[in-house]
Amino acid sequence: MEQIANHIIFFLLSAVIVVCSIMAVTSRRILRAATYLLFVLFATAGFYFQLDYHFLGAVQITIYAGGIVVLFVFAILLTSKLGEKSDRISSTKRAWGLAAALLGALICGYTLCTHDFFPQFAAGGEVDMKTLGHALMGMDKYQYLLPFEAVSILLLACIIGGIMIARKR
Amino acid sequence: MEIPMIYYVVVSTVMFFAGVYGFVTRKNLLAILISLELMLNAVDINFVVFNRYLFPQQLEGFFFTLFAVAIAAAETAIAIAIIINIYRNIRNIKVDDLDKMKY
Amino acid sequence: MEYSLIILLLPMLLFFVLGIGGHKMSHRTAGLLGTGGLFVITALSYAVAAQYFTQPRVESIYPTLIPFHIEWLRFTEWLHIDLGILLDPISVMMLVVISTVSCMVHLYSLGYMHGETGFQRYYAFLSLFTFSMLGLVVATNIFQMYIFWELVGVSSYLLIGFYYTKPAAVSASKKAFIVTRFADLGFLLGILLLSYYTKTFDFAVLTSGEVSLAATTAGKTFLGISVASWAMALVFMGGAGKSAMFPLHIWLPDAMEGPTPVSALIHAATMVVAGVYLVARLFPIYVTTPEVLTMITVIGAVTALYAAVVACVQTDIKRVLAFSTISQIAFMMVALGVTTEMQGHGALGYMASMFHLFTHAMFKALLFLGAGAIIHSVHSNEMSAMGGLRKYMPITHITFLIACLAISGIPPFSGFFSKDEILAAAFEKSAFWGIWLSLVAGLTAFYMFRLYYNIFWGEEAHHEHTPHEAPKTMTIPLMFLAAVTCVAGFIPFGHFVTAGGCSYDIHLDWTVASVSIVIALAAIALATWLYMRPNDKPARMADSMRRLHTWAYHRFYLDEVYMFVTHKIIFRRICEPIAWFDRHVVDATMNLMAALTQSASYRIRTLQSGRLQAYATVFLLGALFIAFVLLCVW
Repeated sequence: MEQIANHIIFFLLSAVIVVCSIMAVTSRRILRAATYLLFVLFATAGFYFQLDYHFLGAVQITIYAGGIVVLFVFAILLTSKLGEKSDRISSTKRAWGLAAALLGALICGYTLCTHDFFPQFAAGGEVDMKTLGHALMGMDKYQYLLPFEAVSILLLACIIGGIMIARKR
Repeated sequence: MEIPMIYYVVVSTVMFFAGVYGFVTRKNLLAILISLELMLNAVDINFVVFNRYLFPQQLEGFFFTLFAVAIAAAETAIAIAIIINIYRNIRNIKVDDLDKMKY
Repeated sequence: MEYSLIILLLPMLLFFVLGIGGHKMSHRTAGLLGTGGLFVITALSYAVAAQYFTQPRVESIYPTLIPFHIEWLRFTEWLHIDLGILLDPISVMMLVVISTVSCMVHLYSLGYMHGETGFQRYYAFLSLFTFSMLGLVVATNIFQMYIFWELVGVSSYLLIGFYYTKPAAVSASKKAFIVTRFADLGFLLGILLLSYYTKTFDFAVLTSGEVSLAATTAGKTFLGISVASWAMALVFMGGAGKSAMFPLHIWLPDAMEGPTPVSALIHAATMVVAGVYLVARLFPIYVTTPEVLTMITVIGAVTALYAAVVACVQTDIKRVLAFSTISQIAFMMVALGVTTEMQGHGALGYMASMFHLFTHAMFKALLFLGAGAIIHSVHSNEMSAMGGLRKYMPITHITFLIACLAISGIPPFSGFFSKDEILAAAFEKSAFWGIWLSLVAGLTAFYMFRLYYNIFWGEEAHHEHTPHEAPKTMTIPLMFLAAVTCVAGFIPFGHFVTAGGCSYDIHLDWTVASVSIVIALAAIALATWLYMRPNDKPARMADSMRRLHTWAYHRFYLDEVYMFVTHKIIFRRICEPIAWFDRHVVDATMNLMAALTQSASYRIRTLQSGRLQAYATVFLLGALFIAFVLLCVW
């Protein structure tokens, strides 16, 4: 029963991701594109929950869906008029884009389908917060204090850079 | 938990190449950025899935995704700052108008 | 005698001070600074000479002193280039000559160059020249000599081209530089040969007899001539270039384009005798290669006669003096060439040569400075613009006459004694050379008095303004040098400078002396008869020997021959094809490559469209292509 429910949820999420991501890149209204992106991000968070990575799912929702998309929406509202439609894409450009995307999908799909992943099915359960905290703050193997610090520096630089770039001269 | 790994990967592939299509065709800089986010997200899914299915004892893919999310946030913030700056200068954010750096 | 180093360093310092800071000084300051420095140098040189020649002799020879010596560049165990100061009789004698003449020229230039633009530059170059010439004579090794040899070449070049806005001066300086450079190539080859076989550059070792060049190269021959002879002949080639020996003399007459005091200093008294000094310096080696000495004799004799003949018909007074210089230096060369041994009677020529170098430097500088005073007052080099100047310029007249008498070999002036020694040495070797040189000596007297009469007597030319005597700064050097010319002959030169170093009493060979006096007097009489009063005899004489006159006037067309060889043969036949090859093959290849690159990049530059998405597409397709290829290969 649980298996079936899992499958149903998975296919629902997959459908949302596939449809919304395609809609996000084809919609001519930019605000709608951002909304589709939001759906994609939510569905991705759903994937993470399904894989028992609850912390990651939470992060995905708070940062991506909560932070980035809001940023996008602000930027869109600042730079375009409401209800404005973008121009039609020229056919050559579309052809090139389609060619690149389909060819890439073909090659990747072929590779994935012919490759034999092992083990086929997932093992293990919920990762508890204590383990995560130790891994994030430790300095041994498979522990990530250094990247953590690096990211903190990066964020600081990003804050300063954002202010510098966006301020009025 | 009996969903085969390949399912996830195929979904992320579709998402990635949708991002590629958007990146190549869209004119609006913000739309390009949205496509970029899609690609990034697809990669994140891959990391997590590989971690969960192939190396469940370690948390490498998990943390990679975690940091990727942080970096993506930073990157988006800077990119939007730049885009707003561009808009302020040329009253426009069409990528075709930004060709000052050609030959 | 450590203070002898100051003699070298002071002019160098002066050069830098005047060369770098000169343009900030007034003319007066620069001139006085240079002249004052030279007076100090002269005083120091005299002190060195006095101290050197009053020191006790060791085994009746003045010891060779090296008061200063450093190893400058060390290449291998035996091959190192040193810098130092070497004092022996000839270098001390040269110190005295150079500093005296240079000092007089500095003083004289205060008047002569008064108000010229580039006055400070002139003094800077004079200091540079003085420095390099002094460095040349006190060199301890042949490489140091070569370095300073080139430095005097450079300063000569700079001073000949002092009036660099005059095309004639520019081409003259280039000519002087190129001709002497060409000769220096021989010198360098000679140095390399010499040091290759003897494993040393040092004069002291080279001339000591410990490393005999003849012995080390015994059995080694090239084209049937021993390597020792080749080396010494090549070294002589350098000397011949600097000393303007036939056929490398062509630069010296043109060098007269420089300011006249420069001609007096460089092209009469000091630099041009560097070749003689070089041969004298290496004489212990030359003695072992008699065939080279014979060559030197022949070249010297030919040059002496040639230059004397040409000097008889020139109309530019500086040209006459230039050819006279060539002729007199050739005398010195002959004197060295006829020397056959280091000691005893056969060594007379060496002493005579050095003696003549000494006296000639004084009276030839005097002649040039006198000529400068004359040019200064009539503003022309041509004899036709002069005549009858004796009334206007009494001091110049008297001093010039003294110099003329000296160079003609009339006692008691200095030239008589030294020239007589040369003639005696030549007769010692063979009567042929003796008679030859006596004849040239007669010609010398003739052309000098032709010059003298044409300037100071004869028909008075029309002057734009009345000629006037030169200022004090110019007449004092004239009088000083005239005084030296009067007394220098009585210096017991043989006591100081001889080939072997042993004291030698000069005693006049009265047979030779009387003959040469008679010849000189006869030549003077002839010149008096022809030129003292204006008449048409010279013109008629020139007419009767028309061909000889024309040829001599054009210096036997040697310049034209050089022009023909360089332009028509070397430039046209060799250089032009090379230039063509360079332009149409070497350059063209490079140009083609450049053009191809340019056109290719012009075509493909549109790829750099600046369109971000096009880049991304291309990048992605490329990555996919590589992935595809890898998949297929797998």
